[in-house]
Amino acid sequence: MKKLLFLALVLAGASFNAFADDPESEAHGEEHATEAHAEGHAEESTFNAGEMIMHHIADAHEIHFLTTGSGKDVAISLPIILLGDNGLEVFSSSHFYHGEEIHLEKGHGFAYDDKYVMVDEVIYNYAADGHHGIKTDESGAIINSKPMDFSITKTVVGLLLTTIILLWIMISVGRAYKRKGHKEAPSGLQSLIEPLIVFVEDQVIIPSIGSREKAAKFTPFLLTVFFFIWIANLLGLMSFLGGYNVMGSMGVTLVLAFFVLIITNINGNKHYWKHIFWPDGVPLPIKFILVPIEAVQILLKPTVLMIRLTANITAGHIIILAFTALIFIFGQSGVGAGIGVGIGSTIFMVFMFFIELLVAFLQAYVFTLLSSLYFGSAVEDAHH
Amino acid sequence: MELLTILLQATAALGWAGVGAGIAAVGAGIGIGRIGGSALESIARQPEASGDIRANMILAAALIEGVALFAVIVCLLVVLG
Repeated sequence: MKKLLFLALVLAGASFNAFADDPESEAHGEEHATEAHAEGHAEESTFNAGEMIMHHIADAHEIHFLTTGSGKDVAISLPIILLGDNGLEVFSSSHFYHGEEIHLEKGHGFAYDDKYVMVDEVIYNYAADGHHGIKTDESGAIINSKPMDFSITKTVVGLLLTTIILLWIMISVGRAYKRKGHKEAPSGLQSLIEPLIVFVEDQVIIPSIGSREKAAKFTPFLLTVFFFIWIANLLGLMSFLGGYNVMGSMGVTLVLAFFVLIITNINGNKHYWKHIFWPDGVPLPIKFILVPIEAVQILLKPTVLMIRLTANITAGHIIILAFTALIFIFGQSGVGAGIGVGIGSTIFMVFMFFIELLVAFLQAYVFTLLSSLYFGSAVEDAHH
Repeated sequence: MELLTILLQATAALGWAGVGAGIAAVGAGIGIGRIGGSALESIARQPEASGDIRANMILAAALIEGVALFAVIVCLLVVLG
C-alpha cells in the first residue's frame, strides 16, 4: 500500500513538472488558440516543440514559472543592466516583457519604448530606420548595434543560488567541525557531507595526484568544483524552481575549464613540459608527429572538459523536455490522444529524471577526476 | 520506400543534422557497449575487483559520451544557426 502511494506521488510530481513546461506558458501574449477553443484544425499557432524546448534550455531575462489559464504570467522579472551610448542603465525586464511585442520571421522580440529592442533574449539598440526598430540585412540577420549587456539573467540567478547553497552547507559543516573537533561523532549535515568529501578526496583526488602532500595544494579547488557542479546540476533538475540551466551555459563551464588550464600549466614541473615537448624514449620521426599533438592537447583537454559538461547537462534537459513536448504534440490531435500518450510519456520522463540524477553526480565526478589527473600529470615525478 | 524518401527530404532541408546526430548516437552506443561488455566479462572473471572495474568503466563511458555529445552540439548548431 505504501509503495503504491509512493508511486502515485512520484507520478503526480512528475506531471507537475509537465505543467511547468506548459506551451501556454510559452509566449507572453502570443496568440494561443487553445485546442479546446479552436474549431479543430488550421490553428493560428500550433504547438512548436522545438521552440518550446529551446526556450527552456536557453537563458532568459526573467524567471518564468507558469501562465495561468486566463493568460496571466507568473514570473520574476530580472534587472537588466546595460552599458551603452547612454551610459549605465538599469531597469526591470518587465519593460520588455510587458512592452510592445514584435513578431519576426525568425524570432520573437519585445521593444522598450524607443530605446532598446530584445529579440530572442538578445538586447539591441533601437534603430529608428528599421522595421519596429530592427534592421536586418538580406539574409534576415539583425544588424542593430548592441549595448554591453551585464544583466542579471536566469543563469546568473542560478549561479548565485548554487553559490549560496554551497556556502551555506560548507560553512555550517566547517563550523560544526571547529566546534566539535575530534571529541564528538559527526551529526546532521556533517554526516551527509563528510563521507562525500572523504570519497572524493581518497578515491579521486589523492590516487590521481599521487600523494596526500602533493594533493593538498589542489584539494580545495577540486572539492569546490565537484560540489559546485553537482549542486548546480541538481538545481537545474528542479524545474518548478524556474528551470535553471547553469552548466548548460558555455560561459560557466568555460570559466571552470579555464581555471583547470591555468592551474595545470602554472604547476607544471620540468618533467611535465619535457613530456610534452621532448618526450623520452620516442624515435625522432615520431616526435615530429607527437609533439604538435601534445602541444594542442594543452588547450584541447580543458576545452573538451567544458564541452562534455555543457553538452551532457543540456542534452539531459532536452530529453526531458522532449518527452513533455510529446504529450502536447499528441494532445493537438485530441484530448484522448494527449492523455494516452501522457501516461507513457510521463513514465519515461520520470525514468529520465532518475538518469539525470545520476548524470548530475557523474558529470561532477568526471570533471573532478579528469582535473585531478591533469594536475597529477603536471606535478608528476620523473619515474612513471 | 516512400516514407524513407520523405524522411530524408525533411532531414536534408535542415542540413542533414538529424542524420549526423543519429550517427553520433550509433558511435556512442557501439563504444559504450564494448566497454560495458568487457567490464562485465572482467567482473565475471574476478568478482573481487568489481569496484575498481566499475569505476574505470564509468570513467571511460563518460569520456566517450563526451565525444558523442560534442557531435550532438554541432548538429544542434546546424539546426539553429
